[in-house]
Amino acid sequence: MTRLENALLNLLKEDCRTSLEDMAVMTGSTLEEVAEAVDQLEKRRIILRYSPVINWDLTDQDRVEAMIEVKVTPQRDMGFDAVARRIYRFEEVKSVYLMSGSYDLLVLVQARTLKELAMFVAAKLSPLEMVTGTATSFVLKRYKEEGVIFEGEESDHRLVISP
Amino acid sequence: MNYERFLNPSIVAVPPSGIRRFFDLAASMKDTISLGVGEPDFKTPYPIRDAAINSLIDGETQYTANRGLPELRQEIAFYLMGRYGLEYDPARQIIVTIGASEAIDIALRAVLSPGDEVLVPEPSYVSYAPGVVFAGGTPLPVVTRQEDEFRLLPEDLEAAITPRTKALILPYPNNPTGAIMERKNLEALLPVILRHDLLVISDEIYSELIYDGKEHVSFATLPDMYPRTLTINGFSKSFAMTGWRVGYICGAPELLDVMNKIHQYTIMCAPRQGQIAAMEALRLGRENGYEEVVRMRESYDRRRRLMVSSFRQMGLECFEPYGAFYVFPSIRSTGLSSEEFCAGLLREKHVAAVPGTAFGPSGEGHMRCSYATAMDKLKTALDRIGEYILTLK
Repeated sequence: MTRLENALLNLLKEDCRTSLEDMAVMTGSTLEEVAEAVDQLEKRRIILRYSPVINWDLTDQDRVEAMIEVKVTPQRDMGFDAVARRIYRFEEVKSVYLMSGSYDLLVLVQARTLKELAMFVAAKLSPLEMVTGTATSFVLKRYKEEGVIFEGEESDHRLVISP
Repeated sequence: MNYERFLNPSIVAVPPSGIRRFFDLAASMKDTISLGVGEPDFKTPYPIRDAAINSLIDGETQYTANRGLPELRQEIAFYLMGRYGLEYDPARQIIVTIGASEAIDIALRAVLSPGDEVLVPEPSYVSYAPGVVFAGGTPLPVVTRQEDEFRLLPEDLEAAITPRTKALILPYPNNPTGAIMERKNLEALLPVILRHDLLVISDEIYSELIYDGKEHVSFATLPDMYPRTLTINGFSKSFAMTGWRVGYICGAPELLDVMNKIHQYTIMCAPRQGQIAAMEALRLGRENGYEEVVRMRESYDRRRRLMVSSFRQMGLECFEPYGAFYVFPSIRSTGLSSEEFCAGLLREKHVAAVPGTAFGPSGEGHMRCSYATAMDKLKTALDRIGEYILTLK
């Protein structure tokens, strides 16, 4: 990773709509260098998608999320990867992580209703032959995501003008 | 009641801050984007705040030693040695003050007798000249210019000196211009300083905010300057700790002992919580390579580049500032005075910038724009300034 690549990742993480022109100015590079670097980051699958952080609670969309702790039996030769693959293919599954600690996989699941979500666990997740147990916790309120605080606006306590 | 009888005429004669009028105007307007703020837009990093919170929980609410917590002075000594190669004895050569402001004040009061003159480069921070007057001295402005990138030149320094001149305030990186003095620029001043036997009060509060691979040179590290330099620094700008009010002054014990008299009788000590937070800032920095400072500096640098490039695209002459968090473009091409330009900008486009004249008459034709403002706001403000300039054509 070059200095420029790291700088671009930071800028895009902050605001993925920052133009290539602005990024060139801000990093003291040429437009061509920045365009090439971004292209490479995409090709190398370091940048996978440009997506906003959304506070869904403020929308009228029905949305329920849960974190499910899953205990599994690892497969021979495949370890946990095969199980993870079986799980992440479900449309309801937003994220899957292999964890250290008292369970194996953490699965973030999203559905429209509580019932739909419960049915996912009961009908799709739990019956998988390598899943030995699940514990589901529903998300009640989100305070901070991706470094963004959700409640209220971060207030600026500074004087409007100071020496 | 006639209060004139009670008031000190030399203090009454000091004009009110040029910023004040603008402040009242800007504060009365809604949706103003301010580029007029002289402090970081970052909050103090949380681990530093947490240290102060814990100290309150633990009941650390007492006075500290006059000169500051010994552990803090030790950390300051480590920091100055590690960062700038400066060696100060924490026991006798460092006083922790209420911001760099108090450091400037006690330095001036300790050294000035009535009529003594102090050289103050201009444009510069608004408090120096009044501070000299409050201490009974006379400020001697030394003009710096855009074509010299607002660096202090030896010939201008020489020309301003009289037999009553005692000290030089050296405020680099500079507020409001963003100018820095590189090693060769500082070295050029040495013969003048030695010839006239000047004391140098080096206000290095922005020392951590230097960009584009430039390096801060602490004045006391230059040949023969250590014994005649008072080094002032603090936590406000580098660690985003303005409201904590913690700074420090370092120098010869003979000078600091006298300053400490003023400090102990008028202040007693800097607030303990600020000192504890400052100690944590330095301790953490020492452990993680000043991670937070680096992160903030990188962020400022991006905004600095964007701002300079935008002003130039608008057709404003703008020298590239390598320090602090200010850009000081020339607005001469618009035909307006600094005051007129900034007042119009505020009225028409709701963007607050500070007229260059607030920092001395030689700031005429310029405005100070702080880039310690969130990127999205900064972009909007720059768009609005561009629109405003078009309306002037």
